[in-house]
Amino acid sequence: MIRFDNVSKAYPKQNRPALRDVSLEVEKGEFVFLVGSSGSGKSTFLRLILREERASHGQVHVLGKDLARVSNWKVPQIRRQLGTVFQDFRLLPNKTVAENVAFAQEVIGKTRGEIRKSVPQVLDLVGLGGKEDRMPGELSGGEQQRVAIARAFVNRPKLLICDEPTGNLDPQTSVGIMKLLDRINRTGTTVVMATHDQNIVDQMRKRVIELEKGRLVRDQARGVYGYQH
Amino acid sequence: MRAQFVLSEIGVGLRRNLTMTFAVVVSVALSLALFGGSLLMNDQVNTMKGYWYDKVNVSIFLCNKSDAESDPNCAKGAVTDDQKGQIKTDLEKMSVVDSVTHESQDEAYKHYKEQFGDSPLASSLTPDQMQESYRIKLKDPEKYQVIATAFDGRDGVQSVQDQKGLLDNLFGLLEGMNIAALAMMALMLVVALMLIVNTVRVSAFSRRRETGIMRLVGASGFYIQTPFIMEAAVAGLIGGVLACGFLVVGRYFIIDNGLALSEKLNLINFIGWDAVLTKLPLILATSLLMPALAAFFALRKYLKV
Repeated sequence: MIRFDNVSKAYPKQNRPALRDVSLEVEKGEFVFLVGSSGSGKSTFLRLILREERASHGQVHVLGKDLARVSNWKVPQIRRQLGTVFQDFRLLPNKTVAENVAFAQEVIGKTRGEIRKSVPQVLDLVGLGGKEDRMPGELSGGEQQRVAIARAFVNRPKLLICDEPTGNLDPQTSVGIMKLLDRINRTGTTVVMATHDQNIVDQMRKRVIELEKGRLVRDQARGVYGYQH
Repeated sequence: MRAQFVLSEIGVGLRRNLTMTFAVVVSVALSLALFGGSLLMNDQVNTMKGYWYDKVNVSIFLCNKSDAESDPNCAKGAVTDDQKGQIKTDLEKMSVVDSVTHESQDEAYKHYKEQFGDSPLASSLTPDQMQESYRIKLKDPEKYQVIATAFDGRDGVQSVQDQKGLLDNLFGLLEGMNIAALAMMALMLVVALMLIVNTVRVSAFSRRRETGIMRLVGASGFYIQTPFIMEAAVAGLIGGVLACGFLVVGRYFIIDNGLALSEKLNLINFIGWDAVLTKLPLILATSLLMPALAAFFALRKYLKV
């Protein structure tokens, strides 16, 4: 699903590379936590997967494709098979819940019939049935994140990338979100989630990858957070 | 891609930048109106030049039967074949003359019809009333006076005309106006393009949230860029339609009504509506494509895809 071979990433005008010689593999259907302090390279790691950045050295394979060899105009084809969830939800404030989710399908050219069928389905899945016509501003943070997850999942991606999805939420709400991500993972979708939330990582007991100053320092199946604040 | 979705995006975008859109529309309209105006001015000059203007320097008009009755220069009657022959041999002997062409009454009638075909005067003319003439091309156009002294007042010659001299001042003026119009157009065009680039930049910035999300869910670059390009094209097209309006209204008020030059200067043959109408498609196409191209290149810089 994801393979990093000796990947380094240096940004121009920065002395220290953001990632240094990282190699790892994520199999289909896995649930992986990505931990590490701020500036450890988590975001760069995710941006490389999304092909927002290109690796300086080494190879990044996502869904069996070497991203260095994917031409710019084909990048959207790859992104359609990935779902993304962020700390700040990234919803469109002037569109309703249903429209926000439908947006992900409109822009890739799904027909109105398909959209009308799949949007209520995925909203039910994330537990927002009946709130289709609400505006994002009227929803709680947890509900907004559910909308974002619905949008990320509506095109049935093979891989879900989450960048601190619970970062803005209280612990109780976070548990709800994690249960939802776990359910999505059980449908066969691979989930990679960067997080700072120690409780969640310790409770879920999934694979943990830890980055420190751009290096891979730990890759542990059924791991714990283990990182000292 | 769904047309309705794209159209609503364009509408939202144009309203969001209403002042900027307005500026783009006005600058495109002005620059294209100047462009069209200068094209029409060219047409007007060409219409006025007539058949002989670019071909000869001097014309010797010969007396016909009606001149013999009315014109004192032709008091000795219409030109005879002997006189014509003499004029021709004399002309051909002169060293300043490059070539001589004879225009018969029938040919004169034909050329007149071509130039003034739709005027009321032309329809009442007959070939009889036209003048025969010798059309002379000089080696040095300034030597008009040599021909004038040699042939003015000769039997059978009604008049000698320095054709270029008559019109050159006017054409010089029109050409100057034309160059001024083109310079203004170039300036307005630069303004319009800069406005479009800036509009696209602002528009891309204010919609970075949407475009960011589009990118994340895998919208193609074409899909993300199209609304911006269409916005510029629509604004440009509105400007183009306005420019067309300026030209049509301008021709109407300058030539037909208002200034009504066609009444005041009824010897000049003015451009017709067909000249105006044939320019409109060109102006509309330019107004559509030029802003779209400008937007396209601006997006490469300001919108990450």
